[in-house]
Amino acid sequence: MQELLLIAVGAALVNNVTLSQFLGICPFLGVSKKVETATSMGLAVLFVITLASFICSLIYDHILVPMGIEYLQTIVFILVIAGLVQFVEMFLKKSMPGLYTALGVYLPLITTNCAVLGAALTNVQEGYGLVESVINGVGISCGFLLAISLMAGVREKIAENEGIPKSFQGSPIVLVTAGLMAIAFCGFSGLI
Amino acid sequence: MKNKYFERIYNGIIKENPTFVIMLGMCPTLATTTSAINGFGMGIATTAVLIFSNLLIAALRNIIPEKVRIPAYIVVIASLVTIVELLMQAYVRPLYNTLGIYIPLIVVNCIIMGRAEAYAAKHSALLSACDGIGMGLGFTCALTIIGFCRELVGAGSVFGYQIIPDDFHVGIFVMAPGAFLVLACLTALQNKLKAPSATNLSKAEKAKKKLAGEPAGCTGECGSCMLHAEEIVDKKIELKKADCPKTEAAAKEGGNR
Repeated sequence: MQELLLIAVGAALVNNVTLSQFLGICPFLGVSKKVETATSMGLAVLFVITLASFICSLIYDHILVPMGIEYLQTIVFILVIAGLVQFVEMFLKKSMPGLYTALGVYLPLITTNCAVLGAALTNVQEGYGLVESVINGVGISCGFLLAISLMAGVREKIAENEGIPKSFQGSPIVLVTAGLMAIAFCGFSGLI
Repeated sequence: MKNKYFERIYNGIIKENPTFVIMLGMCPTLATTTSAINGFGMGIATTAVLIFSNLLIAALRNIIPEKVRIPAYIVVIASLVTIVELLMQAYVRPLYNTLGIYIPLIVVNCIIMGRAEAYAAKHSALLSACDGIGMGLGFTCALTIIGFCRELVGAGSVFGYQIIPDDFHVGIFVMAPGAFLVLACLTALQNKLKAPSATNLSKAEKAKKKLAGEPAGCTGECGSCMLHAEEIVDKKIELKKADCPKTEAAAKEGGNR
């Protein structure tokens, strides 16, 4: 139990997926102008990463390893993720239209979010079992949700470009903000 | 004839530099540039994948059906990445170990998908391969420059040779925050010099590009580019809103039956 908690906290805070592993930087910078959209994106990612960690871990342990074709993991994982995203989208559309309207637009964008593939690959690399993989996935995506929501909060405040030097307006100031957030997250490194 | 191919390469390195001008593929850019040599290695690996994926996709462009093109591209790219990964594991072990998880993650690098969709799907195989060379070299140069800056300030060395004594290192630059800060400074410099970049395009130019049906790099399939993601999401939300009454009506109809 304690071990699982350590995995989750480690994935969410200490090795924050965006701010110290640099995965999912693109949505982190691209879809973080409003807190509302950023949070929806984060929730969609949470949903997909958790499912993807579960399925990829199952496939790796029960199909790839017994057949001795571990080297195909990248191809298999990316196809599983792409298929999964499509499937989740169709499923939500049919059975949970409310959730679909909230998350739907973000789902197709997640296929190539590197955090998803990154989570699946980390699980394999660390040799996590099924439960550990899912916990790690949840931790990783909570970290992403936290980072992207915080980022959107800051960006809403600096949207007017007040007091920002002209050459730093636009993407440079966003990158500086991300840098400062990354410094803050470095503070978690002593946690475990 | 030759000029056309050369023009593609020049275009990739300078005019449409994937990192500095169209800002694609940010994850490896930030993650693997702890030193110049790491950035260079990552750039070369990506270049190899990019050249062959462009070549193959352009060669197959008339065979792949329109509807399943994205999964087809993903399979081609993922196979190439696996090949590169295995080759690196066999021949450049130290680099393979430092780059680690970021090598398989070349699959989701949006430069590759973006070029496949925006260029290789419409042009001949040779031209596309040249485009791949150009874009790849542009990416490699950018990564090497960023890596060079971070290594110089953070570890006081150039390509592994130490030139600044230990006491003057700013360690944070080789850590995660340094990546953001260095890139921020480089883009700010670009803004200052009014160099062409994603943020410096005037509105007229952007409109022209849109009219020409030429996305500034990727098509948003990956949902990754800083420029388009927000717009695309907004557009899709509008579309969804327009769709909603229809689906509701359809649901009602279904219920009545």
